[in-house]
Amino acid sequence: MIKTIYPKGKLVAKTGNEVMAEAMRQIEPDVVAAYPITPATEILQIFSQFVADGIVKSEYVAVESEHSAMSATIAASAAGARAMTGTSSQGLSLMWEMLYIASGLRLPLVMAEVNRAISAPINIHCDHSDTMGARDAGWIQIYSEDSQEAYDNMIQAIRIAEKAKLPVLVTTDGFIISHCMEVVEIYPDADVKTFVGEYRPERYLLDTKRPYTLGSVALQDYYFEHRYLLSQAMKESKNVILEVAKKFKKTFGRKYGLYEKYMLDDAEVAIVVIGSTAGTAKVVVKELRKKSVKAGLLKIRIYRPFPAEEIAKDLAHIKAIAVMDRADSCSGAFAPVYSDVVASLYANGVICPKVINYVYGLGGKEIRTEHIVNVYEMLERVASGAEKPSNNIKYINVRES
Amino acid sequence: MSLEMIEIRWHGRGGQGAKTAALLFAEVILATGKYIQAFPEYGPERMGAPVQSFNRISETPITIHSGITNPDYVVILDPSLIDSVPVIDGISKNGKVIVNTSFNGKEIAKVLNICANQVYVVNASQIAVETIGKNIPNTPMLGALVKIIGNLNIGCVLEDMRTKLVAKFRHKPEIIDGNIISIKRAFNEVKN
Amino acid sequence: MKREKKKITVFELSVENIVEAGTAVDFHTGSWRSERPVWNKEKCINCLLCWISCPDNSIRIVLGENKITTVAGINYSHCKGCGICAKECPHKIKAIVMEQEKK
Repeated sequence: MIKTIYPKGKLVAKTGNEVMAEAMRQIEPDVVAAYPITPATEILQIFSQFVADGIVKSEYVAVESEHSAMSATIAASAAGARAMTGTSSQGLSLMWEMLYIASGLRLPLVMAEVNRAISAPINIHCDHSDTMGARDAGWIQIYSEDSQEAYDNMIQAIRIAEKAKLPVLVTTDGFIISHCMEVVEIYPDADVKTFVGEYRPERYLLDTKRPYTLGSVALQDYYFEHRYLLSQAMKESKNVILEVAKKFKKTFGRKYGLYEKYMLDDAEVAIVVIGSTAGTAKVVVKELRKKSVKAGLLKIRIYRPFPAEEIAKDLAHIKAIAVMDRADSCSGAFAPVYSDVVASLYANGVICPKVINYVYGLGGKEIRTEHIVNVYEMLERVASGAEKPSNNIKYINVRES
Repeated sequence: MSLEMIEIRWHGRGGQGAKTAALLFAEVILATGKYIQAFPEYGPERMGAPVQSFNRISETPITIHSGITNPDYVVILDPSLIDSVPVIDGISKNGKVIVNTSFNGKEIAKVLNICANQVYVVNASQIAVETIGKNIPNTPMLGALVKIIGNLNIGCVLEDMRTKLVAKFRHKPEIIDGNIISIKRAFNEVKN
Repeated sequence: MKREKKKITVFELSVENIVEAGTAVDFHTGSWRSERPVWNKEKCINCLLCWISCPDNSIRIVLGENKITTVAGINYSHCKGCGICAKECPHKIKAIVMEQEKK
């Protein structure tokens, strides 16, 4: 029999999109400006219904593009509102130039994002190309393995954003999570509202008693200094994220960190992965452990700021690691997550593990347990010295025959 | 994958409610205290085109998020799909197929070319017409599926179903009763 | 000779890129001037065209006891000497004329 972790929690069967909209309803931001896009459409459709029905007092701005959605959200936040938006794929791409402005002005926006491939060819299914493309925009990126995490991450995101004065995007895997109905524990409205608290910005543009200029020009003299500050703030936001996670654990009982270690501490071979595939990989790890294979898993939750030192420390004892990327860099040295992981290991003096880069699941291509079993088998051969690790990206489940 | 997990595949036609059936089934099974998953196969949405949706049921949390290729149960909402779609793909020797049809199990087994004890039939369309007044076979098929899976509590299912229907059709009690009766009838009438 | 003021460090910057209102008051752009407007109180008809046109808010005005606003002079610490006020001053009046700045 399933039980709730939080005594006042309620178990419901909901999709990833439904719970993200539910979190937004409970947070009840002042302004939501958005332009619907598959597979994130439902989040905004459901939320706009809440607005239309008078369930929330939020102002919903139906804009004419994602560029405008981000612009309006930035403006609302600068004016002093708690502002949110949501998008996916091409929508996030269209927001691109405004993403940097949101972070540059240090505005605490929260975006509900659903990972989807980028055209062409046109595709509506999951991969991480969209958010990986925005990885250097100065946004905190929180990835969710399932609907429960998506819901919990949204609630934490608003606290993180406002404490760190940084925009945050929370993502789920398109269709795999966004349209998958699962058991989710929902917390009472009042308790969520108490957790997120009221937003009281120190400074806001509609404060007529203390007027100021926002977003003034900064050339050779001070641009670099501002970007340096942003970079430092991103680094320091790790502490904010952990602090909010600690409070979340204390309030609602679920534990979150920068990443999740699954049977990693005594592992000899391990996979580093992001998102829903971590759940599928956990099934494989469990099966392999029954066969006495020392398999482990590290699931990255916070991709930006990248927990470099922490990950390097926790992977130092592994003999062979596979970093699985759901985005390709199209002939960068390697795919994004691999580059981050390997740079972190090297910079922290961890040079023992052999690390292989796998790219998988582009455009929603199936990733099944047997594919992950193959990865672990390769890692075992590499760990034992039977096979030399590949110095190239390996692609999983591409039709070659 | 694991022993305690059940995987189900629904076959229907666009507009027939195969997605709704899987989602509804997941919701009512949650009421019996099990972990659930429900997801449709997404493609272009075309009325009448063959579509699939899926369920997982488990006693323990479900972390797997890949598609279902080897279902334990296959539910066929529209018997005409048998000719055009590989409905028994990936099904094991112990797998069971439940078909909405007026034919008997042996006849269907012959067409599907599988063992007769794997096939269950129920005339869900007729039940739906008689109880709900419309040919919407997905609700009665829920009852048939609950029966064939076996270890699910039909009482919990009916109670949860009634709560959901009351919330949706407060002013149309005949729809609520019709749906409940259709599930009960299919539960009792599904046979080998 | 004037020395450059010490600039604030990265640690003293406002993180949000906020610039407080009214900072222009302390920025004496009057030193940029090569020509200066000279105002003749006797000729002035107080039409306030110069005040409306000045891009630097450098035409000083006062509200008289009779509730009529009149020109009171020019704020030379902010006037950059652009000459718009002299240009806008009605031709027949010529209450503001530009003169070379003596340096």
